[in-house]
Amino acid sequence: MSAEAARADGHAAHGADGGNWHDDHGAAPHGSFRSYMTGFVLAAILTIIPFALVMGDVFSDTRVTAFVIMALAVVQIVVHMIYFLHMNSRAEGGWTMLALIFTLVVVVITLAGSIWVMYHMNANMMLMPHDMRNMD
Amino acid sequence: MFSNPDFWTSVFGRLSFESLPIHEPILVATFAAVALGGLALLGAVTYFRLWGYLWKEWFTSVDHKKIGIMYVILAVVMLLRGFADALMMRTQQAIAFDNPGFLPPHHYDQVFTAHGVIMIFFVAMPLVTGLMNLVVPLQIGARDVSFPFLNNFSFWMTTAGAIIVMMSLFIGEFAMTGWLAFPPLSDITNSPGVGVDYYIWALQVAGVGTTLSGVNLIATIVKMRAPGMTMMKLPIFTWTALCSNILIVASFPVLGATLALLSLDRYVGTNFFTAGLGGNAMMYVNLIWIWGHPEVYILILPAFGVFSEITSTFCGKRLFGYTSMVYATVVITILAYLVWLHHFFTMGSGASVNSFFGITTMIISIPTGAKIFNWMFTMFRGRIRYEVPMLWVVGFMPTFVIGGMTGVMLAVPPADFQFHNTLFLVAHFHNVIIGGVLFGMLAGINYWFPKAFGYVLDPFWGKLSFWFWLVGFWVAFGPLYVLGLMGVTRRLNHFEDGSLQIYFLIAAFGAVLIACGIACFLIQLVVSFLRREQLRDVTGDPWDGRTLEWSTSSPPPPYNFAFTPVIHDHDAWYDMKKRGFKMPLSGFQPIHMPKNTGTGVILSILSTGFAFGMIWYMWWLAAGSFALIVLGAIIHTFNYHRDYWIPADEVARTEQARSVAVAGD
Repeated sequence: MSAEAARADGHAAHGADGGNWHDDHGAAPHGSFRSYMTGFVLAAILTIIPFALVMGDVFSDTRVTAFVIMALAVVQIVVHMIYFLHMNSRAEGGWTMLALIFTLVVVVITLAGSIWVMYHMNANMMLMPHDMRNMD
Repeated sequence: MFSNPDFWTSVFGRLSFESLPIHEPILVATFAAVALGGLALLGAVTYFRLWGYLWKEWFTSVDHKKIGIMYVILAVVMLLRGFADALMMRTQQAIAFDNPGFLPPHHYDQVFTAHGVIMIFFVAMPLVTGLMNLVVPLQIGARDVSFPFLNNFSFWMTTAGAIIVMMSLFIGEFAMTGWLAFPPLSDITNSPGVGVDYYIWALQVAGVGTTLSGVNLIATIVKMRAPGMTMMKLPIFTWTALCSNILIVASFPVLGATLALLSLDRYVGTNFFTAGLGGNAMMYVNLIWIWGHPEVYILILPAFGVFSEITSTFCGKRLFGYTSMVYATVVITILAYLVWLHHFFTMGSGASVNSFFGITTMIISIPTGAKIFNWMFTMFRGRIRYEVPMLWVVGFMPTFVIGGMTGVMLAVPPADFQFHNTLFLVAHFHNVIIGGVLFGMLAGINYWFPKAFGYVLDPFWGKLSFWFWLVGFWVAFGPLYVLGLMGVTRRLNHFEDGSLQIYFLIAAFGAVLIACGIACFLIQLVVSFLRREQLRDVTGDPWDGRTLEWSTSSPPPPYNFAFTPVIHDHDAWYDMKKRGFKMPLSGFQPIHMPKNTGTGVILSILSTGFAFGMIWYMWWLAAGSFALIVLGAIIHTFNYHRDYWIPADEVARTEQARSVAVAGD
């Protein structure tokens, strides 16, 4: 019996009491005290480092500072998703991970696409007339 | 006290007696007709003492079937409004050659904007959402959707949006910007009136409903399938509904955010889309089409699902290429996000960007084409029964293929520079939306009506309606293709070149044929109601169907299924019939069901008040309504009496009555 069918059977057992219109909580994973603390400590460290970088003027080039902060922000997102949102590839029979991947794909398409499109629009359409012949 | 302008403004904002269109004879006549018709309807409801019945059984209902039916009723009512706009435009363009016609630009611009907004948001969307609501839980063997109250709330928010649009007809004006309200035309300097604000708030309020109903149906399909129904055993309509709702959840927030930015520009003087202070109007066009392109797939995917179910049922065969159909649907869902720029090739993003989006657009026609072949191969060597739903499928296929091919023509960027904003484009998108979405929804209504009401729709008037629609569509939009190729632009209220008139006259005649099609559909409903005893179906399975919704009675009991079915194959009901399924007669258990609630209606009325306050600058009304909405939502969370049990003997009685009815047949 596949995992999908097993899950569906579990649902049927739940539905047999006649209550299959409300949500079932069975599949949602919960963290332990230890995992919440790990997440909290990691999140705190990942917040303190950028703060220190800015306050202490560690890098002379502000662009490097900005880049490091952005990179740490991405790590921070991952920490939150793993320890606080309990994301893993098994939760809810894989639907959580699938939804995450779909969201990332759509967000990347939207942001990257918009930046690409608007960059070309600006380059081509917001110039003075004598620059227009460089359009490509 | 009216002599004090400050007092008047603080109470009524921008609203004054001049806001009422008493100098527009068309609107006064319409208002009189609507008022008389409305009073007659209200009077009839009161006379027959139906208020209590309507409130208890329908308005407050959380039953997905009733909500689905109410969505379809909303769509049909709004279709009449949107089609009245279409008839006015066709008449105006047919006669306005050596005279200005009867619609001045000020009025004509509102008419085409309202036509577009209403047809997409308040006709096509409620039809699609309504059918999904009615059918999806039945197809997956569930007793309701995941969040029944949310479903009722979503419906009423959509209705509130429709009411806001309708109010603009008689109080103030509607937007004169086209259905997507591009700035700079829609910003506060170029559209200082209330029209664009009506547009913004109608879509924001309805958008809440659409997004929440998307969340609801995704949760329903993912979590509430009957045991054994793995994803690859899901009926194809449910698959398309799932993909359509994923598109809704991912794209409607973009629409909401874009309109919110436009509102900030209009209300508090930000500069997101203005030319000054670093704003860029092209960003609005980019953002709104990131929503707008997925939107067309939100509409067409469920229509594809309807066609698949009907083809399979009326050819008496399993759907050809079920797996490829599923993959085609999923691929379309992803590709829907990669093509938005083809709506503005001419805005000047240059060759590299245009080629990329031109190619992705052409790629999307491949999975769509695969679907057409799947339907044709399903029909091949099938025993085809040309009942009314099947006629719509057969009418759809050539119509939609031609619409798809003109779409590929538009996808070629250099060619698009010729077609852009011409009537060729108008003909193309009407070709796919009428020929695809509307034909699909009318097919679906004819197909599932017996499930919803227990009697079949009258086939004579159904066939008449189909032929009027099909012929009317081509007579109305064929000439627009020709005119578009000659370079005639859209959204013009009169023309100088008299040689064009004959095309517009033919198109207007086509619109009259479509009007006959709509009339036949309404007559079909009335005739079927009057002849319901002859058209009665007691088996619950009038078409020899293949999916689970046909296994229960028509109309289904509130709990849909006395026992949750167990699935071994897709086309589950066909499989059950083949194995000699017998209706269980004993062993019934009490069934746990959600209770009706009036909160959805109340929140929707408050939202209408909020929108009206924002539109007319009546800040006290907006603030007060908003506070009450939050309060109402919080109070509702303390409502613990939200469920009840249907006792086992009542279930037994209902099922027993059905067995007797089937046996008596």
